[in-house]
This record gives sequence, C-alpha cells and structure tokens, in this order.
Amino acid sequence: MQTEGKVFKYSDNVDTDVIIPARYLNTSNAKELAEHCMEDIDGEFVRFVKKGDIIVAGQNFGCGSSREHAPIAIMACGVGCVIAKSFARIFYRNAINIGLPILECSEAADEICAGHLVNVNFDTGLITDITTGKTYSAQPFPKFIQSIIASGGLLAAIKNEGEKKDE
Amino acid sequence: MPMTMTQKILAAHAGLESVVAGQLIEAKLDIVLGNDITAPVAIKEFEKACFDNVFDKDRIAIVLDHFVPNKDIKAAEQSKICRNFANSHCISHFYDVGKMGIEHALLPEQGVVTAGDCIIGADSHTCTYGAVGAFSTGVGSTDMAAGMATGKAWFKVPSAIKVELTGKLKKNTSGKDVILTLIGKIGVDGALYKSLEFCGNGVASLSMDDRLCICNMAIEAGAKNGIFPVDGVTIAYLDNRAERSPVIYSADKDAKYEKTICIDLSEVVPTVSCPHLPENTRPAKELSHIKIDQVVIGSCTNGRMEDMTAVYKILKGNKIKDGIRCIIIPATMQIMRECVEKGYVTEFINAGAVVSTPTCGPCLGGYMGILASGEKCIATTNRNFVGRMGHPSSEVYLASPQTAAASALTGYITEYAE
Repeated sequence: MQTEGKVFKYSDNVDTDVIIPARYLNTSNAKELAEHCMEDIDGEFVRFVKKGDIIVAGQNFGCGSSREHAPIAIMACGVGCVIAKSFARIFYRNAINIGLPILECSEAADEICAGHLVNVNFDTGLITDITTGKTYSAQPFPKFIQSIIASGGLLAAIKNEGEKKDE
Repeated sequence: MPMTMTQKILAAHAGLESVVAGQLIEAKLDIVLGNDITAPVAIKEFEKACFDNVFDKDRIAIVLDHFVPNKDIKAAEQSKICRNFANSHCISHFYDVGKMGIEHALLPEQGVVTAGDCIIGADSHTCTYGAVGAFSTGVGSTDMAAGMATGKAWFKVPSAIKVELTGKLKKNTSGKDVILTLIGKIGVDGALYKSLEFCGNGVASLSMDDRLCICNMAIEAGAKNGIFPVDGVTIAYLDNRAERSPVIYSADKDAKYEKTICIDLSEVVPTVSCPHLPENTRPAKELSHIKIDQVVIGSCTNGRMEDMTAVYKILKGNKIKDGIRCIIIPATMQIMRECVEKGYVTEFINAGAVVSTPTCGPCLGGYMGILASGEKCIATTNRNFVGRMGHPSSEVYLASPQTAAASALTGYITEYAE
C-alpha cells in the first residue's frame, strides 16, 4: 500500500481542537467535519488538500481531546498519511482504529518541507521525498497493531477474531 | 518483577501474575464511558459492526454533558442517538438532563467508579478517576464501541513517572495549582504514554476534590493515566458511595520509575497557564497586567463543591468588576442543589455572576460563554489551545477557582491573598 502527494507542514503540539474545532462537533458526519479540518491554524488547508496528500508535523501530534472526529476529518479530506515526530496517545489509537495511516519519523519530520512531493510505502515504512530525492525509514508498527490495520480497523479485527474462534 | 500501582491493576485485569512496561495486553474493563459527542460515533460503529448486545448493561455509562441542555438541532440529534441506544440496551448508568452532571465529576460522586477499577472512557479527561485509585484512561469512540461489545480493551503497559508530594498547600492554592505547576515543569508531552503516579507524605493533606482535579489534567502532560494511592481520604470518600467494593493496589517498594519529580506543596504558588498551551505557566502575581473580559468557573476540572465554596468565600458581599462577564457552572445537579441550599447561588447572583445548569459548555467552545475575537478569559478549565473557547484570536488563561474569582473582582489576573 502506498500514498503519494503534496506535503502540508505543521509544528509541534497540533491539538485536536485545531484539527476539528469543538463548535463543529454537533455532527459526526465525516464530510461535514472535513470541511472545517485545520481551519483555526490553516484556513487554506481544506481549499488545497487533495487525495493522497500528506501531513508532516512535529512532536505530540493530535494532543488534547479524545475526539475521533479529528482523524475522521483528516481522513475524509483525502489525506493519505500523517508523518510526525511523535503522536499523542489517544490520537495514535484512534488513527489505527479507524485506518488512518500514521508514521513516526523524526528525521523526515525535520527535513521534509511544505509543498514537497512525497511517497510513502506502508509495507516497508519507506518515506521518499521525491522533490529532494532523499529517503527515510519509519518505525514499523508492532505486529499486534499491524494485524488491526490489516483487518481494516479495530472492530473488523474483533469480528475476524470472533469468527476464527467460532470455526 | 516489581510493578507500579498502574501495572498491578492492569496485570490483575489481564489475568496475569505480572506485566512489564511496553507489554501489549488485553484487559477486562469495569466501566466503559461515553458522552453526547463521542458516544454517537461509537454507537454508529457498534451498529455498523452488527454487534447485537453490550457486554454488561450495568458497566456502561453514557453521560449527556457537552452540549446539553441541547444547544441546537444537530446537538439534539446526537443526544437522541445516545438516548435511543441507552433505552434499547437498558443501560443503567445513562444520565440525561435533570440527572446528568459533567461526566468526570458525576461518576465519582455517584459511586460508579471505585478503587482498583480498570476504566476506559471516550473522553480524554477519563484519567480523572485515578484519584480514587483506579486505572482510568481516555480513548476514542471506536475503542468505546469495542469496549461496549466485548468488555475488554488492548493496552500497552505504561512505564511511570513518580511524583513525590511533600508538605502542605497554602490556603490560597489548591490541586489546580499543583497540576499546573507539574505540567509547567514537564511540558505537554512530558509524560507521553506514561503513568503519573503520585505519592509521598503530602498526599494525605490533599482532599478528594484536589486529587480529582490533579488526575483530571494528567492528560495535559500527555499521560496515559494519573493515579493516587488509596488512603483514609479515599476510603472515607468511597464509603456509602461506591456501588462496588474497592480493591486496593499499591506500588511495589522497588517498582521502577523513569524519573522522580518532587513537589513541595508548601512552595506551590497560585499558578496560571498562559495561551496557547497548558505548559506555559507563570505565577499569577506576575500577570496582574493582563486585563480580562470573561471568567469561567466550572468544568470537569474545577466544578466541584470545594471549588464552589472557595469561589463563594471570595465573591460573598463583593461585586464583580463592571464589564466582566462571570459564568459559574456547578458540575453536577447534586453540587447545584448544594449551592442553592447553602445560599451560594444567591451570593453569586448578588455579586453579578450568572449560574448555569451543569454543562461542559464553554470549556470546549461549545456554547454558554463563547469568546469574540481578541477577548481574554480566565477559566478554571483544562485547555487553552487556539480557539478552544471561541474565536481563534481569543485567549484562555487557566487558573484555580480562587485565582479566577479574585480576578473577577478586579478585572485583571489577580492572585488571591486572604
């Protein structure tokens, strides 16, 4: 599995309140949420983001509220992957549980610039900055988490597990 | 292997003799929680995955608190989804308008959570219940859905930071000043993926409301959970309240911690977190030049009875500064009733404040006190991110109830001096 797209770059501690402000949490409709993604720190994001594009950020991405609406909004915008130095733990769980690809890679987060064209191969963890030609290796997920991703999310993994037990 | 208090609770709930930091485990859950924002997403996922039944109707709590009494039609629809689900699955801990309170004030008050529990909640401040000696952590809606279906959740066993408390708080400080001080020291990701385990001879002097406030904001340091040892204060609080018997776990004497942070409570000063991160802490007295427009006193962090009493003592017989909007929100109906019975509400109104029914409301910029562009608010809430309480150019300063009430009287950030 791969994604390729343009980079939107943000700094440390991007919180879920700016990813999707609470004033829009009176709905759980993914399309409606996507219309307001990032609007308090980047009014241009929604206008320019295209399917497959990549968010690159610093430390503690997705800190704050547990709202799953945050990864839902990012995914519904078409974002193919979030690369950060580190993720806040609830955002990390939520992204895996709903199937939004995320990767931790400090070097890539430092060096890749806004607007660069980047390719991410999820099977190998290889991040390629096509604009500069430089490649980076991200930490692979633990096997247990890989199995959740392979199943298509947490609930699908639980269902699969249940069916295996029934057989 | 010696274990921390958190690790012992997780091992017991995973049916294991012992666990080590970094181990992936599946643990049984005592309570699964959601609210009117996160539960609808969980319910949608639960139904989409075609689960027929919840694992235990008495172990799920759904609290309508963020946007209730409902602020608009869309919010009302979200509440309706929760209501219908709770009714059709006979959820016993379903709290609607009239019974509800802010979830993290309500569940301990009603005895739904107890010592030794393993709890997940689709709300980041679920870490509050560490105050009663439970392992309790925030998750998202899909985890809530899985928890409701199976009664289990996966965890990576956390390592821990030991926070050793000594001494006793001064009268113009409270649990809020302690946790803001700690977050100021270690930063908003200083405890990322870790437990904050509080200990030391200073613990005994902290009331349950102080401990609930301190654990509530563990997430603001990135922590997986915050937890206090169970002592006489805990047992006195849980007696005649907790639905289930407390189970007491304590950390092994030789448990491993990544580091130890010492806080002498007698040296803690009234502390304020400046925009736009909780780690931007300064002593309140250094901020007396900051002119404010609004004061919010409430939330899952500081809407409890001790908070209301502290505010009452400061506002009684005084007038809120002209031009300042002061909004006071008791966190549960029981606290609201006590504020009425003790005459607090009359004094709050005489002082020029407004008093709202329980709601998370303005804390997350929902309603009931949204800020316009450029406005400044001192609030007893837990987050001061960009746009948290309204317009992206508005500013939130986090403080204790005492500091917030003292500031309401002057119109500037003010350290309360008795």
